[in-house]
Amino acid sequence: MDVWIELLISTCLILGASFALIGSIGLSRLPDFFMRLHGPTKSTTLGVGGMVLGSLLYFSSRGEGLSLHEVLITLFLLITAPVSAHMLAKAAMHLKLERSSKTQGEPWEQ
Amino acid sequence: MTMIRTWLPHPLQSLFLWVLWLLLVNQVSLGHVMLGAILGWALPFLVHLLWPDPPVIRQPITLLRFLGRVHWDILTANLQVAALILGPTQRLRPAFFELPLDMDNDFAIALLASTVSLTPGTVSADVSADRRHLLIHALDVDDIDKAIAHIKQRYESPLKEIFGC
Repeated sequence: MDVWIELLISTCLILGASFALIGSIGLSRLPDFFMRLHGPTKSTTLGVGGMVLGSLLYFSSRGEGLSLHEVLITLFLLITAPVSAHMLAKAAMHLKLERSSKTQGEPWEQ
Repeated sequence: MTMIRTWLPHPLQSLFLWVLWLLLVNQVSLGHVMLGAILGWALPFLVHLLWPDPPVIRQPITLLRFLGRVHWDILTANLQVAALILGPTQRLRPAFFELPLDMDNDFAIALLASTVSLTPGTVSADVSADRRHLLIHALDVDDIDKAIAHIKQRYESPLKEIFGC
């Protein structure tokens, strides 16, 4: 395999892995539940996206033809991530979880 | 035209399912092209009973432009949220705010809520029962009115155009 393609694939993998790591750091650093929701819905989409792109390049460059089914992972993730975040937020409001004292505005009664 | 509508009532859904099938099997052979076409034709027939009010795409070009914009925003959203997470968390200004909705199509509202969740620093938390308000939680917001205006102008107005609602 060409060195340049290998470099490109490694870059994609490392970038993806870094974003997944940052998302996880967010889970432990952010002060309240609602803020922690932001980590997994955002940083992980790019994390998985980077790794999927790496996989796509790797399997397409082996000379067995184009491999595009990884695109579906991104598609399904883009559909499911907001839904799970929405359900988690609703559940948190229902349980009246504590929120950071600086939060402006009020959640709704469930 | 009526012949086409009778035998192929959901052309876009069929096309989408056909491409989805070919991506799933990850090969383009005659057998799978045929099987995908049959599935793409048959599944919308079976499913349309469960989905009585499907959205009609009136402006496909605006839809493509909207998708491009959302993908770009997802990319920047990731970078922004990464910076917020790694920065000093005590300085974040989280907020709940209500976004008044101007749309009445359930699918369009669902798309807007998903878009809000995927883009910079906001997660949609709830929709009011009468579909007039969307509750949004933001990670770090400076001016709530500005944030509302931004979402309405950047995401809601193209969606309204696309679905004509």
